[in-house]
Amino acid sequence: MYPRSFEYVSPGSLDEATSVLASTEGAKVLAGGMSLLPLMKLRLFSPDVLVDIGRIPGLSSIEDRGDHLAIGAMVSHAATASDSSIAEHAAALATAASWTGDVQVRNQGTTCGSIAHADIAADQPSAALALGATMVAASAGGVREIAASDFFVDTLTTALGPGEILTEVRIPKQGGASAYEKLGRRGGHTDYAVAGAAVWLDVSDGAVSSARVALTGVGAKPTLAEGVAEALIGTDGSDAAIAEASERALEGVTVLDDLFGTVEYKAHLAKVMTRRALQQAVAAAT
Amino acid sequence: MGGGFGVSTTSVLGGVVKRREDPALIRGTGLYVDDLQLPGMLHVAFVRSPYAHARVVSVDASDAEAMDGVRAVYTAADVAHLGDLVTQVAVGKLRPLLAGDKVNHLGEAVAMVVADSRYGARDAADAVDVEYDPLDPVIDLKEAASDAALVHEDMESNVLLAWEGGPWGDEEAIAATQQTIADAKGRDDTVSVSIEAVNQRLLPMPMEPRSVVADWNVGYGRFTVHSSTQIAHALAGGIAQTFGLSLTDVRCIAPEVGGGFGCKLNVYNDEILVCFASQQLGRPVKFTETRRDAAGSTIHGRGWVATATITGTADGQILGYELDGIADMGAYSQNFTVAIPFLGLFVGAGQYTFPTHWKVACVHTHTMTTDAYRGAGRPEAAYYLERAIDAFAREIGVDPAEVRRKNFIPADSFPGAATHIGFPMDTGDYETNLDALLETAGYEDLKAERDRLRAEGRLVGLGLATYVEVCGFGPSALVDLGFSWAAYKIPSGFSGSGLVRVQADGTASVIIGTGPTGQGHQTTWAQIVSNQLGIPVENIRVSHGDTAESPLGIGTFGSRSAAVDGSATYEAANKVRAKAADLAAHLLEASADDIVFADGGAHVAGSPDQQVSWSDIATLAYQPHRLPEGMEGGLEAHAVFSPGNATWPFGSHLALVEVDGDTGDVKLLRYIAMDDCGNVINPMIVDGQIHGGLAQGIGQAMFEDGDYEADGNLLKWSFVEYPLPTSADLPSFELHRTVTPTDINPLGVKGIGEAGTIGSAQTVVNAVVDALSPLGVTHVDMPLRPKRVWAAIQAAKTNGSVS
Ligand SMILES: Cc1cc2nc3c(=O)[nH]c(=O)nc-3n(C[C@H](O)[C@H](O)[C@H](O)COP(=O)(O)OP(=O)(O)OC[C@H]3O[C@@H](n4cnc5c(N)ncnc54)[C@H](O)[C@@H]3O)c2cc1C
Repeated sequence: MYPRSFEYVSPGSLDEATSVLASTEGAKVLAGGMSLLPLMKLRLFSPDVLVDIGRIPGLSSIEDRGDHLAIGAMVSHAATASDSSIAEHAAALATAASWTGDVQVRNQGTTCGSIAHADIAADQPSAALALGATMVAASAGGVREIAASDFFVDTLTTALGPGEILTEVRIPKQGGASAYEKLGRRGGHTDYAVAGAAVWLDVSDGAVSSARVALTGVGAKPTLAEGVAEALIGTDGSDAAIAEASERALEGVTVLDDLFGTVEYKAHLAKVMTRRALQQAVAAAT
Repeated sequence: MGGGFGVSTTSVLGGVVKRREDPALIRGTGLYVDDLQLPGMLHVAFVRSPYAHARVVSVDASDAEAMDGVRAVYTAADVAHLGDLVTQVAVGKLRPLLAGDKVNHLGEAVAMVVADSRYGARDAADAVDVEYDPLDPVIDLKEAASDAALVHEDMESNVLLAWEGGPWGDEEAIAATQQTIADAKGRDDTVSVSIEAVNQRLLPMPMEPRSVVADWNVGYGRFTVHSSTQIAHALAGGIAQTFGLSLTDVRCIAPEVGGGFGCKLNVYNDEILVCFASQQLGRPVKFTETRRDAAGSTIHGRGWVATATITGTADGQILGYELDGIADMGAYSQNFTVAIPFLGLFVGAGQYTFPTHWKVACVHTHTMTTDAYRGAGRPEAAYYLERAIDAFAREIGVDPAEVRRKNFIPADSFPGAATHIGFPMDTGDYETNLDALLETAGYEDLKAERDRLRAEGRLVGLGLATYVEVCGFGPSALVDLGFSWAAYKIPSGFSGSGLVRVQADGTASVIIGTGPTGQGHQTTWAQIVSNQLGIPVENIRVSHGDTAESPLGIGTFGSRSAAVDGSATYEAANKVRAKAADLAAHLLEASADDIVFADGGAHVAGSPDQQVSWSDIATLAYQPHRLPEGMEGGLEAHAVFSPGNATWPFGSHLALVEVDGDTGDVKLLRYIAMDDCGNVINPMIVDGQIHGGLAQGIGQAMFEDGDYEADGNLLKWSFVEYPLPTSADLPSFELHRTVTPTDINPLGVKGIGEAGTIGSAQTVVNAVVDALSPLGVTHVDMPLRPKRVWAAIQAAKTNGSVS
């Protein structure tokens, strides 16, 4: 497990970091290193230069900005999992972060890194998607915002360009309630998701007024299950309504198998996780 | 339940003493092989086959050789004169040190690169261009056994041998047993229940991967080799044998070893090859496995498929047990390989009386070698037996505890009881142990609770299994059956040794022939010696693992260290004690018979106020001119212990599980173990061994899967693909014991290293099958990952077998 040789730089400011990225071919952002370093050690990926963003000031806070929460690039999974404003406004993300890896991984890895990495079985990307998050990307050319629904492009591929740093993830304070459910590879909630579902929904006058459902682990990337949301909106959110809506979880998704699940099994699990997450969210919203 | 020690002079034996090695291990100040940095040391990386089976058309190392810092690239031709890898049980195809014109498993070493740095070595290994002509591999065990295609074209069959018993392969006796079982099957009042099950391949994955540093001293013509091994003496002998040296020309040192579980109980080709490179280049050479090397090129365990059949009457009397299986040896035999199922044969019929016909064929396949992995043959044997008994109990509707109890070897058969192959067993009281488990666990209440939850539609199950293991190897006479280190120039049986030396200041050095891979030898051995001499544990230093100073030891495996080498050390301590009594008698002007050892010294019985310390006694020993006529100076003794038999620990385990019917997720709610390893030297260490053993058995039951793909690929290169259980995945174990001391050794200890693993996989599977039994599920193969359990539930539902 010895990576190919590479250079390491540790810029002291965001500007410096973006200019190194702009001027250096084959440069890659290093955050917590929990996904990047294993890939390098297996020589599956060999960037020439690592740009460590860990020493840039101002990237480690979770801020309440009135209408949204902003999670900085160096906020760890553990911080996301234990922050009270995230628990209040983005329970799905808090739960997803708390079920990411083990204690060491949660202390070292970052929420933004997990989202930027976009592993097909990762937990937090689906939560960001269900919560309608906005990604803020900085490059030498400036700053742009990317909607979560446009962010996840394919397996390990996002809308971020090679010169861009995901500086923060913004979660709207949108009311309602959210939840995350998964079956981990080692059973329960342990390890990457065999299948997982993150949901956000709002209830008014006894009916589901809006909803977003996102799946992880089943397809090539975290995906919005729009059919489920569509079927659920307007219902009373009863178990029966949820069960019926959950049946539509896989519309538009091509389910992939792996060592931990056949296509048939993952397809089934996606529906079960969707149902369970929806039940929790409805209970929390009402 | 405690254990009494007839031999005890103080309360040190049987008491909790905190592990003395832990401060160094936990603080990171223990020295492991990879910590070693020798001046001028070079590093090795191997070029490994990406195919399970292929012709090697060409190896072009020119690019690699031209790279900066690359000292040499060696291929098969360079090491051909050294022969195949030295192998103890040399049955089947032996491993070439480097693959020549063919590779026979994924990860087989084709070339060795030696470079200034480990990074450079890896870069150069990637630059070696090997052209392969891929061939179809033989992976499936039944296909291998059918000889439809040969693994090695120069062998007549893939089947190396079949272990079959009856008494020691006596054909007439085997035929008679088969007839007895056939007769039982023919009766109208009997039921036969069969289970075909896979006991999957496992990757040992110790926390510390293997690592070796060889240093050839040109001037002295000697090797000093540091290796992360369980068998330092055998390794020294294997190197001596390969290079035509004497045993004194090779010094092997196993410093701290971070787990072994049997996978470091081999002499490996890389250990020989770094010696070769060091000799060639005149520099120390290091090879440390990556996790990927460890997964594909260090031995694997298990890998059986077998059908187990129980025949008995409706009241639970079992009249016959048959096991018909195939065990995967991989492409090459290494140290014990084909002998592993033989260990299973010993306990093929467990602790039961019924006639047993047990047959397991050993086959080559295009996979990595299998060898000893915690339990080694015995977990497989216990798994099939206990799964089949459970299935039989369910079929006839009799409580599984009752069926087992009915068929146990009765306690009054000891002494004199023997296994189904006629091997004598030491001591046992199986019924008392099982009853203690059921009583402690509240079995009847648990059953009632399960039934109540089941009535609510919940999939709750209880699993029971019992086991007997053979360990503490011994007997020394195993040497006559070929079990010795003769291939490693040590034609010794399974004896043990220990050396005890009291220093002039009254502290004691204990030097032992075996070394720990985490078992706590430094603590346990200090307790044994402290108990005999009255020197406090903190004044006793235990050293091990350096063949230049340690007396000959066979190794730490088969739960044998305490029983065999511990007993030798006990006897060495007694010799020292006898001499110390003479010395104290001289100082106190008394008779040696009246000397009592207490409070860190000695006194004459009845006069505790006139005490001489161990330092007084030792000082006298090291001033020979003060000694009485005829008495030799010095205060040390060496003893060899030759065990007359193996030991036979046993136990009963119970698991409570709940299955999520929607997802197949298995929750292990409780795990209760009642083990009997004879006397207990240190309860905390014994419990720790059980904890680890259970985790590994439960790991096999629920998480781990080292099986190859049909094309010979192994997709398990890291812990992402090969999940190991962590403490977070396991319940808090409820450990209890009965104590039935062995009469094989003076300590009365049987060994506890493997019990947890041997007893647990089938306990968990029995519980899950019990949970799913209302759906009609009768078996699910390990590992019981959610996807598999769910598939079993679906299959049962679609088969309409819902009862
Ligand atoms: C033992 C273990 C268990 C794990 N279990 C789980 C699990 O159960 N669930 C789960 O979801 N994940 C799991 N992970 C992955 C973990 O969540 C990673 O920490 C996370 O995916 C990456 O975050 P990081 O900060 O470590 O990123 P890094 O590893 O540093 O980077 C990952 C990738 O993202 C890019 N990147 C990182 N930050 C930025 C940024 N701000 N802007 C632009 N690009 C960026 C990097 O260039 C790289 O390509 C596990 C990892 C380990 C080692």
